Amino acid sequence: MIGKISLDLGNGGKAMRDFIAEHILPAFKNPLLAPLLDASHLPEGLAFTTDSYVVDPILFPGGDIGSLAVNGTVNDLIVSGAEPRYLSLGLILEEGLEWSLLDRILRSIRKAAAKAGVRIVTGDTKVVRRGQGDKIFINTSGIGRIVASPTPALIRPGDALIVTGPVGDHSLAILTARGDYGFESGVKSDCAPLNFLLPFWKSGVRWMRDITRGGLATVLTELAVDISYPILLEEDDVPVSGPVRGAAEILGIDPLYLACEGRAVLIAPQAKAEAILARIRTHAPGRRARIAGRIQTEIGRPGELILRTSAGGLRLLEPLTSELLPRIC
Amino acid sequence: MNKGAAAGPGPYRDKKTIGALLKAVGKKRRAVGSLSCRIMEVCGTHTMTIHRYGLKKMLEEIGVGLVSGPGCPVCITPNDLHEAAIRLVSERENLLLTAFGDMTRVPTKIGSLQKTAAARGSRIQVIYSPSASLELARRNPDKDVVFFGAGFETTIPSMALTAAQAVADGVDNYSVLTAFWVIPPPLRAILESGESRIDGFLYPGHVSAIIGPRAYDFVAEEFGRPGAVAGFEPADILLALLAILDQIAEGRPRVANAYTRVVGPDGNPTARAAMDRILEPKDAVWRGLGRIPASGLALRPAFAAVDAEKKYGLSLGTAGDDLPGCRCGDVLKGLIEPPQCRLFGRTCTPELPYGPCMVSFEGSCLAFHKYGNRP
Repeated sequence: MIGKISLDLGNGGKAMRDFIAEHILPAFKNPLLAPLLDASHLPEGLAFTTDSYVVDPILFPGGDIGSLAVNGTVNDLIVSGAEPRYLSLGLILEEGLEWSLLDRILRSIRKAAAKAGVRIVTGDTKVVRRGQGDKIFINTSGIGRIVASPTPALIRPGDALIVTGPVGDHSLAILTARGDYGFESGVKSDCAPLNFLLPFWKSGVRWMRDITRGGLATVLTELAVDISYPILLEEDDVPVSGPVRGAAEILGIDPLYLACEGRAVLIAPQAKAEAILARIRTHAPGRRARIAGRIQTEIGRPGELILRTSAGGLRLLEPLTSELLPRIC
Repeated sequence: MNKGAAAGPGPYRDKKTIGALLKAVGKKRRAVGSLSCRIMEVCGTHTMTIHRYGLKKMLEEIGVGLVSGPGCPVCITPNDLHEAAIRLVSERENLLLTAFGDMTRVPTKIGSLQKTAAARGSRIQVIYSPSASLELARRNPDKDVVFFGAGFETTIPSMALTAAQAVADGVDNYSVLTAFWVIPPPLRAILESGESRIDGFLYPGHVSAIIGPRAYDFVAEEFGRPGAVAGFEPADILLALLAILDQIAEGRPRVANAYTRVVGPDGNPTARAAMDRILEPKDAVWRGLGRIPASGLALRPAFAAVDAEKKYGLSLGTAGDDLPGCRCGDVLKGLIEPPQCRLFGRTCTPELPYGPCMVSFEGSCLAFHKYGNRP
């Protein structure tokens, strides 16, 4: 290979998927890795996942790199059908980091782990020279107990798509916390564990994903290629908070491509969707959940994600292509 | 509860309004009968709205064709300017080159700003307002700050005023590489060339807020083409199309204003006076359209101190198109739609753009690619 790594390799979009398909899979191919799930299901009844966190800034409205490092990994287990149990904690610190900041982040990790019902059972610390890192990077790996074995193969036409809360808050909180745009949004990150969704695996939910990098549109375009029916998303029905809608408008970005760290999209059979939605809404983090689309065969072709715009027109949604915001998680 | 979440799309883009307006457009289109209705949306932001909300397809179905025009500053800025910016930051030490985001990704034969290895102490900084680049100059007295400013009449006043401020305050490490374009001359050039059949114009709302609707009178009077100033919401576009269809049906071309909530009859005389004080017209080369008389603006001699072209002795304004196979020029003239270019979607994609219209947020090729043309 020639050339150099560019930022979009890690943005959760097309460049990253191509990288995994062309460089990671061929090198390490095995049946446990191949499905490329958020967490791998191991034969021992356990699910296993890992994630690294490099968010900038490390403190942001609604969370910090510590709570993010717990919730991100915990959520990957939950949406993969596993109850999170144990986490590892790898810290990479830059020489010169303030003790008070590190303390604050460790407290945040402890609090987030308690809330998500996981224990930190192993860890590692490294310090790199000043300028060779950026304050603090964290890696967490997580082990969970498998409670469901979801597969896109179960998804059928008519199934409803439930979005558990307003999308885009995390991206926007990070973006305005950096102060690049000279305005404040007052938006807080939605960073939170999704444990309240675990029981829904027993209520007939066929599939879940947390809506992280690349946003709802990217998550659903990935699902679309795995199933045999087009997905129709209703722009009017995707929950977006007023401030996110307004700021996205000013910045010329689409909330459908903004990341969350405490929201998920669920696919449920038509007959059960309303009841599941009603129960999700009884939980505080799910009170603004909505049915935002469905699996169908009337519009589009298999593999496609179609948006019915608020104006009533139809268009195809593509995965995120260029880097929107580096280092949001 | 539920406050804020799923706040409605607003009155300018909700299904009911758009449905009713489309019906009205369809009815007017039928009244026009067999006359052709190929309308150029001059502005790149219109292109985005038309694709983003799926209007293009809905309008085609009722017989109204839309074709993109030259209204994307990133796209029409010729490569010699982009290359001059790249050379500044790669060859000169301690130079901070500031630009709006999209400008950093335009491909040239010597790469793009984004992929350029900067000289020692130099770097590229994406900014969101011209005043931010002047601020950078004040905060970095040991660096030369060059603002690569590209835009139309909408953004030129603020870029020009920032340059004048630098002169007034004696900020001697600040200069502007100007890519300032004005909209009416290329419309005249497109009409005079007669290469592309255009039956009416959607005039750019925000440019018109500065120059005023009368700036397009020549299109109706000399060339007999209808037109309307349009805002940027789906309803704005459809309202403007209604006004254009009226003119076609009546055979009475004029300049309608369908964006009165922003555009006054005289535009913004204060902003124009500021532009006039600081800038003077010059002939300029547009990508695809070539040299057009009085289509660009340059800093007046009194502001030579902040004119990067003079400060660094750049020789500009000669380059033709130098991306072999790229048909951005034809797209900008309304000659072809992006998918008719054989590079589109193959060797020219949003991830790896070959031509500028695939780079810019307002670029027609990006709009076509990003928002698909189906279903």
